[in-house]
Amino acid sequence: MRRSTGLLILLVGAAVILVAAPFIGPISLPFAAVFDPLGAESSSRIFWQIRVPRVAAAFLGGAGLAVGGAVFQAVFRNPLATPYILGVAAGASFGVAAVTRIGIGVVILGLGLQTWSALAGALLAVSIVWLLTKIRPDAATTTLLLAGVSLNFFFSSLILFLQYTASFADAYRVLRWLMGGLGGVDSTSVIQMTPFVVLGMGVIFAFGRELDLLATGSELAASRGVPVARTRTTLFIATSVMVGGVVAACGPIGFVGMMSPHICRLLLGPGHRLLLPGSAVFGGAFLVLCDTAARTMMAPAELPVGVITAFLGAPFFLWLLLRK
Amino acid sequence: MAVTGASARIEVSDLRVKLGEVPVLKGVDLAVDRGQMLAIIGPNGAGKSTLLRSIDGLLLSCEGSIAIDGKAIGDYRSRELAKVISFVPQTGVPVDGFTVRAFVEMGRYPHLAAWSALTTNDRIAVDEALDLTEIRHLEDRSLKTLSGGERQRVSIAAALAQGGTILLLDEPTSFLDYRHQVQVLDLLGRLNSEEGYTVVAVTHDLNGLVADADSVLALVDGKVAFSGPPSRLFGAEILSRIFGNDFFLVPGGRHGLPLVMPSRNGS
Repeated sequence: MRRSTGLLILLVGAAVILVAAPFIGPISLPFAAVFDPLGAESSSRIFWQIRVPRVAAAFLGGAGLAVGGAVFQAVFRNPLATPYILGVAAGASFGVAAVTRIGIGVVILGLGLQTWSALAGALLAVSIVWLLTKIRPDAATTTLLLAGVSLNFFFSSLILFLQYTASFADAYRVLRWLMGGLGGVDSTSVIQMTPFVVLGMGVIFAFGRELDLLATGSELAASRGVPVARTRTTLFIATSVMVGGVVAACGPIGFVGMMSPHICRLLLGPGHRLLLPGSAVFGGAFLVLCDTAARTMMAPAELPVGVITAFLGAPFFLWLLLRK
Repeated sequence: MAVTGASARIEVSDLRVKLGEVPVLKGVDLAVDRGQMLAIIGPNGAGKSTLLRSIDGLLLSCEGSIAIDGKAIGDYRSRELAKVISFVPQTGVPVDGFTVRAFVEMGRYPHLAAWSALTTNDRIAVDEALDLTEIRHLEDRSLKTLSGGERQRVSIAAALAQGGTILLLDEPTSFLDYRHQVQVLDLLGRLNSEEGYTVVAVTHDLNGLVADADSVLALVDGKVAFSGPPSRLFGAEILSRIFGNDFFLVPGGRHGLPLVMPSRNGS
């Protein structure tokens, strides 16, 4: 496929989804609601205070997870590597589960303890992988990959332990949150999430050429003049901050991070300077689509969006494996 | 950067490298002058690739000193070193979705700022690299679709695009059929004699690459077992000491040198 065709399909598809999504829901809204953002009418309140923030949160979350996936796939040179699979999301989830279990709510610098603990968990997970690269600088990327997968299991078992020892209500709350969902988001969560995603992407997008070279092998990258260790560390931190911020708001949503970069490689080619923003747009639009399905399929009840992404993601992955 | 014409381009002295706990290089000295071609030979596991990689600054720790154009490699920033010296790894280019041109353009990395597009200079350098390696006709092909010989030339083109005039190559003719071996040897010969590149290549190709070289360094068990011109290397006794196998020599090699053949079962 020509790259310009791919870009056109991606942008038009994303625009249609983003414009249509706020109008879709159990209550149908008149188009006039759009022009009255501060209106007292219930239709404009639903549109501007419930659905638009939700679409925005889904877009930011999906974009962040997809870009995180693209970064990890290049750095680890593995099509399966994502922050989700390598324990970053599990670390963030553990942070949130721990706070839920302990049951304290404190606000620091305008952000809830949930956000800070998700961030700390994500950074903890990635710094363990990073530490491994310091202790064993010659470790192959497969070793780092195995370390990440082990961390994922480790944090998952910690979460299970917390759940097992929690009260029935707390355990359910954690379980429900782990499924990933945007049911609880409002304009405040969008405002809280934005700096993490924007900051993370701002750093990551500047490393397009480095990611191209890292994807061809860390030794070749080093020989072309990429300061590999420093670049990896910067990318790990930027990705963890971004994914931590997303997970704090939306829970650990799987498959968006893995599949978006793969589809965008087919549409836009492997060059990261186009692939990274492309994955952001695709991942964002895809999560908006999944979330719209999640809140309408069983209306007035809501499905956790993690259920939908995995439901669509798993068959996609099988197709990816069986292709050719 | 001021470079005195007299100083060697590459100067390695008493280089000691351990990989894990295992000493791989045990005090290696070598010097390569401007525009020279050096062949590094030796049995498997002698430390040839490690020596090459340490000259490119790819090893994290080593003892001894390595200087390029009279300046220790530790004093170069990674981009500055990449502008002087390029490495063609044994595995060649990765099988990936990039086009040949996109991959060769990646060689311009040390010259580019984060957000800048390729300049006219960069495009000229890429075009020249594609022309020198005679792969201009492949520029829009995906790396996936290339043969082994084409891939090796793409790998060399990307190294040339980097803009330095020192080329390090790890077994550039291994895994290639005879026609492609000859193409790569001719290319290296041209780069060295006509374009003035300083070439350092690890190889097992005694009759080809080694015969073409100005000088040869033989490594055995991490130490220099021979250093000198190929004419002095090509004796049955020296070769058998290096490789642990008998050789016989017959007339008819390149540059008036004998052809070297490993003996089998003493015959």
